[in-house]
Parts: sequence; C-alpha cells; structure tokens
Amino acid sequence: MEALAIYQRLAEQFGDRILETVSKKPDPFCVVDPAAIVEVAQYLHDDPELAMDCLSNQSGVDYKDRIEVVYHLFSYSHRHGAVLKVKLPRENPAVRTVESVWKSANWMEREIFDLLGVTFDGHSDLRRILLPEDWVGYPLRKDFVEPLEYHGISTVRESPILRLDPKAK
Amino acid sequence: MRTLVQTLLASGFFGRNTPYDLVAAIAVFVLSAAVFLGVAFPFAGIVSWVERRVWARIQSRVGPNRVGPNGFLQWLADGVKHVCKEDIVPTDADPVLFKMAPYLVVLAFVLPWAVMPFSSALILADLNVGILYMTAVTAITVVGVLMAGWASNDKWSLIGGIRSAAQIVSYEIPAGLSIFPVVLMTGTLSMQGIIRAQGWAPQHWFLFANPFTFVAANILFISALAEGNRTPFDLPEAESELVAGFATEYSGMRYLFFFMAEWGNLFIIGAIIATLFLGGWQFPRVSNNPVVMNVLELITFNVKVLFLVFVSMWVRGTLPRVRIDQLMTLCWKYFVPIAFANMIGTAIWVAIWPEGNPVAGYIMFAAGIVVAIVFIRRVVFYAKRSQMELYYYPTI
Amino acid sequence: MNTLRTEEMTLNMGPQHPSTHGVLRFIVRADGEVMREAVPDVGYLHRSIEKIAEKVGYHGFMPYTDRVDYVCAMFTNQGWGMACEKLAGIEVPRRGEYCRVIAAEFNRIASHLLSVGTMAMDIGAMTPFTHAIREREMINDLIEELCGARLTFNYMRIGGVGFDLPPGWREKALAYLDHFDPILEEYNALISYNKIYIERLANVGVIAADDAVNYNLVGPNLRACGVKWDIRKDIPYSVYPDFEFEVPIGSGQWGTLGDAMDRYMVRIREMAESSKILRQALKQLPPGSVLAKVPRNFKPPAGECQIRVESARGDMGWYVVSDGTAFPWRVHVRTGSFAAMGITQKLSRGLMIADLVTLIASLDVIAPEIDR
Repeated sequence: MEALAIYQRLAEQFGDRILETVSKKPDPFCVVDPAAIVEVAQYLHDDPELAMDCLSNQSGVDYKDRIEVVYHLFSYSHRHGAVLKVKLPRENPAVRTVESVWKSANWMEREIFDLLGVTFDGHSDLRRILLPEDWVGYPLRKDFVEPLEYHGISTVRESPILRLDPKAK
Repeated sequence: MRTLVQTLLASGFFGRNTPYDLVAAIAVFVLSAAVFLGVAFPFAGIVSWVERRVWARIQSRVGPNRVGPNGFLQWLADGVKHVCKEDIVPTDADPVLFKMAPYLVVLAFVLPWAVMPFSSALILADLNVGILYMTAVTAITVVGVLMAGWASNDKWSLIGGIRSAAQIVSYEIPAGLSIFPVVLMTGTLSMQGIIRAQGWAPQHWFLFANPFTFVAANILFISALAEGNRTPFDLPEAESELVAGFATEYSGMRYLFFFMAEWGNLFIIGAIIATLFLGGWQFPRVSNNPVVMNVLELITFNVKVLFLVFVSMWVRGTLPRVRIDQLMTLCWKYFVPIAFANMIGTAIWVAIWPEGNPVAGYIMFAAGIVVAIVFIRRVVFYAKRSQMELYYYPTI
Repeated sequence: MNTLRTEEMTLNMGPQHPSTHGVLRFIVRADGEVMREAVPDVGYLHRSIEKIAEKVGYHGFMPYTDRVDYVCAMFTNQGWGMACEKLAGIEVPRRGEYCRVIAAEFNRIASHLLSVGTMAMDIGAMTPFTHAIREREMINDLIEELCGARLTFNYMRIGGVGFDLPPGWREKALAYLDHFDPILEEYNALISYNKIYIERLANVGVIAADDAVNYNLVGPNLRACGVKWDIRKDIPYSVYPDFEFEVPIGSGQWGTLGDAMDRYMVRIREMAESSKILRQALKQLPPGSVLAKVPRNFKPPAGECQIRVESARGDMGWYVVSDGTAFPWRVHVRTGSFAAMGITQKLSRGLMIADLVTLIASLDVIAPEIDR
C-alpha cells in the first residue's frame, strides 16, 4: 500500500487526531496528535492490511520552535512503510511511549530522551543511554552549548598547530 | 657424592659432631633443587617457545623469531622481562594467600619430576607407589589455583578458581580410573616396574595390549589435558570470558609461575602417558654399554613425551573451548562410566589371559596404522582442496 | 538443605573486557555460572557523529561516516551518499554504482570474516581467527589499492565514487575470488562443522522470528530467525537487481531456528553469495564515468528522506533532514548493532556466562555502531 493511501486510511479512522498529511517528496509523512500516538501505533500494528510489525527508525528533530519525534514504520509482510510525526513543545516535551507496541522503541526512545530531552511517559527504563548519567543538557538540541569541562576533564583542546608554531598565536 | 660429603665432614666443614645423614640429606636436596632449576624450569621455558612457534605455524603466522636463532631465546627474554616487572598485590587482596598461591602451583609442577623415569637408571626416586604419587602431587595445583582465585578478591578470578577446582577434582576420577587397567596388568605402581612390563615394540605397549587399555589411554590423555587447564578445557583462564581467570590480578614473576607450571605440566602429562601406555624409555638392546643404552633410552623417552606435548599443542591450535556444563557432562556422564567399564573389562581380560594376549597387540597395532593412514589421507585431501601454497620448512 | 543461603553475584563485564567487541559494558547478575540477567551499558564510544554532521556540511561528513562503523565503512559511505542523492535527486553513473557495489561487497566479506573469526576466538579457538584475518588482509590490500585506505575508506562521494578501479585491479580481484571460494570450504572444515563449536553455538540465544521483527533486528540476525529479508533483494537499490544471488536464511538444522549457530552460518553463506555478486559485477562492469556532477557547494532542497542500505550488520537506516542550506539540519543513523544490543538483556536471562560471550559475538555487535 502506498504511504499516502495509508495516511488516508488513518485520517478516516482517527479523524481530527491526524493533524496533517504532507505529501512532499521524497518521503511523505503525516503528523499525529501526541495524545493519540499509541492508539494510532496500535492500529497500524494490528490492522491486518497495514500490519506495521517493525518500528524501523525512531528519531527526534529539534526545529528550534518545536521538537518532532519521527517514527519510520515498516511492514515485513506487505513491504510498505509509513512515516509518522508528533510535534511537541520545546519546553518539557513529553509523549507516550510506543514500547508496548514495538519493543525496539525501548532503546530508541532512550536515545531520544538522552540526546534531545523528550520524556516518554510510561517508558519502562527511561535513563540516559549514550551519555553519562550526570551529563547536563541535551546535545542534539540546537541551542546546546558544550560544557567546558566534565569532571575536571577539559573539553577544549589547544590546536596542535598553534602549539607547534608560536607565530600562529 | 658420598665421598665428597665424608671428606667435608672429616674436615670439620659443617662444625663438629654433625650427623652424616643430615648433611647427606641436605646435599641431596640442594642437588635435586639444582636439577629442577636446571632441567624443569628451562624445559617449561623452551616448551613455551615451541608452543608459540607450533601454534604460529598452525595459524599461518610466523611466531617469535627475533631473540636468538629462530627466536629460540625468546623464553629467556620473556622470563627476564617478567622477573624485572613490578610485583603488584592488589590493595583488597589477601596478601599472604595471594603471594603463596603461585608457589603452590610451581610446587605441584616440580614434585612429579622426582619420579620421572627418564631411562632405566635416570630416575631420582623409583618409589613403589610412583604413579600414585604422581597423580597425588599434580593435584596440588588445584589448591594453588583456588587460593589465587580467592585471594585476588576479584570476581573473575574467583570464577576461574572455582571452575578450576571443579574441573581438576572431577577429572581426577576418570584419570585415576584409567591408570587402573595398567596397574591391574602389571601389579605394580612403580614407574619403572610399569615400563619394564612393556616392550620396545609398539605391539608390546600397553596402548595396544587390549581394547580397554587403548580407551583408557585416550581417556587419560583427555583428562590430563583437562587437569592441566589446556584447550579445549582451558575454562579457568578462558580469556574471552574471564579475562585471565585466576591469574587476572597477577603480574610479573608470579604470573609467570602460573604459566611456567602450565607448560611444564605438558611434559608431565606426556610422561605419564608415555610411561603407562607407550613403553616409556624401552629401547631394543643394541649395546651392552649401560651409558649408551641409557642415552638411547633417554632419547626414546623424550621423543615419546615431546610427541605427546606436540599433540597437545596441536589440539590447542585446533579446538574451541567447551562450556562448563559440557565439561562436567563429558566427565561424569561419559568418562567416569566408560573408565569403570574399562576397569572391569581389563580385569576380565587379565583373568582370561594372565600373561596378556600376544595376538591382540598385533591386531590393535595394525588397526592403529590403518587409522593413521586414513587420517593422513584426509589431511592431504583438505590441504589439496584449499589450494593453499604449503610451506614445508621447519623454520621461517 | 533448604536453609542453605545463596547469594547472587554482580559482575561487571567490560568496558575493558576482552570479548566485548569494542567497548561495551554488561552488568551481569549471576548465580554461579548461570546468569540471571545481563544489563547492557553502552555509550563508551559515543562521539556524537550526528551532531558533527550538523556542523561539517554534506561533503565534509563523508569521512566521518567511516567512523560510524569502521568495520564496514563502505556501507556507511554508501548510505550517506544515497541519502544525499535522494534528497537532491542526483543520478549516479552506472559505472559508479558498480564500483560502489564491488567495494561494498568486498567490504561485506571482510566484515563477515572479522565477525566469524572473532566469534571463533570468543568460543576459544584461536586458529580460525588468524585464518580469517589473513583473508581479510588480502581484501584490505585490494581496497587499499582502490582508495588508499584500509579501514576508514572514504571511497564514495555524493554522486558516485572517488576513484575508478585502477588498471589491472579487476583481474586481481577475480584472482582473489578464485582463491577465496576454496578457503571458505577450508574454513568450514576447520571450525564450522567442529562438534565442540556446534555444541557451543546450537540452542544458544534463540530468537523467535516475531521477536526479531518486533525488536527490529536486521540483516543476518534477522535472516537467521528464518525471515527471508534482504534490502538488496526486497527493496532493491543501486544496481543489485542486475545480479543473481541467494538470500541465505537460518535453517535450525543444528539446534533451534534462530540460535547462534544459525546466525553464524548465515554469515558464512553470505560470504559465498557476496563472492557470487562480485564475480558478476566485475564481469559486467560498464564503461563510463564514476562520479556524477555534484556542485562543490552542495545544497539539497529542503526536505527529508530515509534510505535503507543492507550493510554487513544489516539494514542501516539514514534519516536526513535538510533545510536547504549547506549543512544538514539533522542526521540520524539507525544501525543494526543498536537494535541487536537492545535484545541482549532479554536473551541473556538463564544463559551461562560463557554463553553471553557467544551471544554478543553471534549478534555481531560493533561498539562504534551502537554508540555512534
């Protein structure tokens, strides 16, 4: 089934909870109400004609005015895919977890939480995954400023060229 | 030596009224220690070099070839390096046990040399319980390893130590039971007595004496590999699982001791099998000169032992490691019952043919040759199929 | 006897443990040799490659993609190149696609060799590792001749590849394949059909097919569970439709479908299939240029796309958001190892400590690919 047909079907099923369908090339997507994401996901997973059995990719994007969580879904049985998005406010972004639908969401949501600071309500194990537990800030946000040091380890480094060539200073 | 000691006593070298026995005992200790240091330790070192070269060849590498001709002195360089290294004792370790453990392991490696039958005359002590003594003292290793594992205060070391204990204690049983058939046939536990009961020709070896001894020899070899922590039973020091097992926290000389004992144990494993099943030093009587005969016997014994050492290196280069449950299954479900059956089988065999069955030796030997030919043909077949360029020279 | 007190042991495995490929850490709760659970702790190799992408521009990011997965860097190159081409609608010349496929398939063999070699080493057999590395070195030599690098290739460009095949390279590559096919047989004789090896791998870390899909396992790990799925075949990209090859799947003939042995054998068979693809590609190599005209100041139109590449560790997804400037707005890589690591905690329950090593090795996880 074509992606646009899937979004059409979703719009029929969920009405105004599907906020928007963007048919822009190369990858069309549809924007879902954050409150309805689990129902939509469950429907996509369970409906035999859609059967999206794989959450292929889940990532977050910071657009400076909002944060989007992007779900790339895929169906092994029907060989079609769909892209869902939820738009979240930049302050305390939170959305419900889809871990109950796809287990692979567990780690990918932890990564989004770690790097973009999106809280996933109902997540079983929401901890930082790639960064240390005591890291401050969310690096993939556009306004992230790298701290100058971490536990006494400097994160800035004098350029080796400067060190070799005193005139360059 | 007797005269030397007497002369020294008479000259008052040890002070007055020193009993002769005490001085003689001390002299024997010192001399034996010199023999151990001069023979056993260099042997372990050289085996390490041989193993690395053989292993490298199996793995299509070169191996150590820089220190000395063909890297022969690599073991000395490594030894010196390890001795010069800092001897680190972890803060949380039990220092006394931690320091003592390697000595126990080395002790277990040194003691068996006392009954090592190099030739008809070259044996330090032909104990009448020789083989029993051999199995008893080699088992001291487990105490050292367990001590090392516990005293390191490291969980990986502990698992390694416990694995080693379980493994050595378990495999002691099939190993002991496999020695039994030979003892049944000879009626003696003395190393020299067992060798004298065999002939120089393969059909007179206990390996081919009857089907039961053949199986016993194989079980003993595999069990001995397990007791020596050799691949495929190197679980206590499995570096992909336990970092370095019981030796994880050791450094410098103490670390070296563990591995010296491991390589030295190879010789002991080979010596036990060669004595029990391969006719030991037996050589056809080509001369009446005892010196010539002893030299020939020494060479024969060493060739047999070194062949077995080579086989164990070969096995190490070929096989993966078994899991702990598989290790235990192999021992308790297969080896122990089979070894028991062997024992009973041998007893029946001895009851029927108290002097041994001469035909059986020839038949078994012929069967052994057939198996060897099939094996070599298979090797040649695989070598041809892989279309690899083969390199025949012994050194690179 | 019921009053005998037992205690669980908490073991810290890694990040400097010898069998964690790269730097991984597991917190193992074990009851003697049997594990209750192994909780993975990743991130020791996190270099924030996705953040770097936002700072260095499209062309400039290509060398960094090598570092996403340095064992099969060709696929990360290819993934990034394909994502950019899809965003900007660039057509890669046919010879360029062939060069990509040839380099990538050689890299797949090299990666699988490393994988099966280290797996044998983790099981305790050292010899297969050196034999595998010996073959991998020859591939590295070939690739070095192709692009000057042995590990982080930076061979591909947006719109094609950096360099055409050097003169005489095709013959060398074909000669290597003639040498490689019997070696694979030898490798099987050496280790794959070894009784101890099979005993160690069979029935360990069994993954059911629906679990594999639900946990988003990809590539050989997914195929070993019996799911016949290969991006090269099922969502064809590049010039893969030109070639005939099989997609090996797990058979379960040594134990259970989806166990470690199946994952191992799928990789072994994939090497033979890659060899087949390479022979066809080297024979059919069309003439022409290898690099499309791509402006130096590459600015794809605003938009977003996701592409999927069948890397050696499976379906690698690149999600790229462009805002029309010379720098990507957001890049996200979804890698096979990341997904495979997610399932280890579930699989580890009830295994033995030695089996955890087998499990990690059989999932073929590469730490930089998890952490990026």
